[in-house]
Amino acid sequence: MSKKEIATRDVYGQTLLELGKENPNIVVLDADLACSTKTAMFGKAFPNRFFDMGIAEQDMISTAAGLAACGKIAFASTFAVFGSGRAWDQVRMMAAYTRLNVKIVVTHGGITTGEDGASHQANEDIAIMRAIPNMTVIVPTDGVQTASVIREAANFYGPMYIRLSRGKTPVVYENGCEFKVGKGTILKEGTDLTIIACGIMVEKALNAADALKKENVNCRVIDMPTIKPIDKELIIKCAEETGAIVTAEEHSIIGGLGGAVAEVIVENCVVPMARVGVRDTFGESGKPEELLVKYGLTESEIMAAVRHVLARKK
Amino acid sequence: MTAKEKIKAIEEIARKLRQHIIQMTCAAASGHPGGSLSAADIIAVLYFHQLRHDPKNPTWADRDRFVMSKGHAAPVLYAALAEAGYFSVDYLKTLRKLGSSLQGHIDMLSLPGIEMSTGSLGQGLSAANGMALAGRLDKKDYHVYCLMGDGECHEGQIWEAAMTSFHYKLDNLTAIVDHNKYQIDGKIEDIKNIQPFADKWTAFGWHVIQCNGHKVEDLTKAFEKAKRVKRQPTVIIADTVKGKGVSFMEEKPLDYHGKAPTKEEEQRALQQLCRIEAPKK
Repeated sequence: MSKKEIATRDVYGQTLLELGKENPNIVVLDADLACSTKTAMFGKAFPNRFFDMGIAEQDMISTAAGLAACGKIAFASTFAVFGSGRAWDQVRMMAAYTRLNVKIVVTHGGITTGEDGASHQANEDIAIMRAIPNMTVIVPTDGVQTASVIREAANFYGPMYIRLSRGKTPVVYENGCEFKVGKGTILKEGTDLTIIACGIMVEKALNAADALKKENVNCRVIDMPTIKPIDKELIIKCAEETGAIVTAEEHSIIGGLGGAVAEVIVENCVVPMARVGVRDTFGESGKPEELLVKYGLTESEIMAAVRHVLARKK
Repeated sequence: MTAKEKIKAIEEIARKLRQHIIQMTCAAASGHPGGSLSAADIIAVLYFHQLRHDPKNPTWADRDRFVMSKGHAAPVLYAALAEAGYFSVDYLKTLRKLGSSLQGHIDMLSLPGIEMSTGSLGQGLSAANGMALAGRLDKKDYHVYCLMGDGECHEGQIWEAAMTSFHYKLDNLTAIVDHNKYQIDGKIEDIKNIQPFADKWTAFGWHVIQCNGHKVEDLTKAFEKAKRVKRQPTVIIADTVKGKGVSFMEEKPLDYHGKAPTKEEEQRALQQLCRIEAPKK
């Protein structure tokens, strides 16, 4: 039975459109990728409140800051590599330092961007956004949660970086999702180890936990969409109760979810831990599913990490 | 007040701003006096003639917005805000000190009257465009001003923003370039030539006004002219002298881009700018 799949960027476009009707204060900017990021839907409905800034991401972020300084809720979208990397200084200086209401919602995060290759695969974006003070960093898990995240972003005051995917992602929250900034969710109870995942890796973590049951390993699975501020209490609780942690993310193992969890573990409750993610390398062109296998972002990779950590636990 | 008296009064304020710049940077033992002095007349005209603002109500929705894109010239803006009454003149001596709201580069969250944080060059015009677009959306008649350095125009983002202002026909925006011809490493024409400067702006679709950036009357006329230009953004290229008003800084502008005057230099500078007493002790 194949699971229902939705592209998070489609949900973003749809939700922005709804928000646009509800709140005249919302403005949207894009950098010549409106058809890909799906902001074009908003643009078509609200041409006066939509600004396609052309291929100028830095100008886009600072312009968004100017709009936000005058009371607008500014959503600025492009691909993850550009929204985080190309415009990093603008995000730091004019969205974060100023604590302005700029929502940087990027699509094409991670290696599943696929055929476009390494130049377009953001595997470092979470790390560099997370390092900026005042920033809130969110990686929605599926399409259902994305709708809740975008609505929350419009209500939440301050700068935010929200990372979406290019492809369709399996629905984890079939019965709806109420997202809260800074809160992780226990999706599956377990006692031997906790897998903490974000984005497309959450579903893989759930599958890995199911498969590990056959080996008599009872994994807890946490969905951790907010990378910053990380849900410290939940991480400590899981470390204390299950005694071992594995993280899984479609991002470099440096500085992303794995890094954030490790920081909490090391300072509060040292237990064996492993990180599943891209291992400090650039990606390449290929089909998303091929790349996931080649770069170690699979159920079997999570299972191997679990076994490895459990061996250290004993 | 007659027009002449008004000009005289603004000139007097500009002189005060220059004195503050010298005293503030000397007290801080760091900062950027050269590019602050070159902008003093521009800032004096803006805050004491051109801008619609109310120091008692800094968040007034209908106020004109000013973005200081050349954020290192913070001292001249702080001096103007203090003289205008946003905070006490006495507070100026806390520039760059731990815990002070007078950060080395401009921080909008720590001071009333500041519209945007700057310091990383090249970003201010984009932010000013955003403010102008917001004003248009909100059907407000406020005007947005943005002051840039000429060296700052090396930054590519300035030209991204210049295209944006043109594309959206932002006639509620006036950019000013403090054209003092120097950057920290040397003469701009030696480091990386920005000429033909006015032609660049023209080619980007802007209305260009060139004026003497130290003549109050020229500046006021330029600002008034700029506001009358419709369906097109205007840039005022203000011809200035780095270190203006202090002879030894004008002579060696490179020595005073990012270096404060010593105590002895402060005294000499204040004598030149004088008619107010030098600081006690």
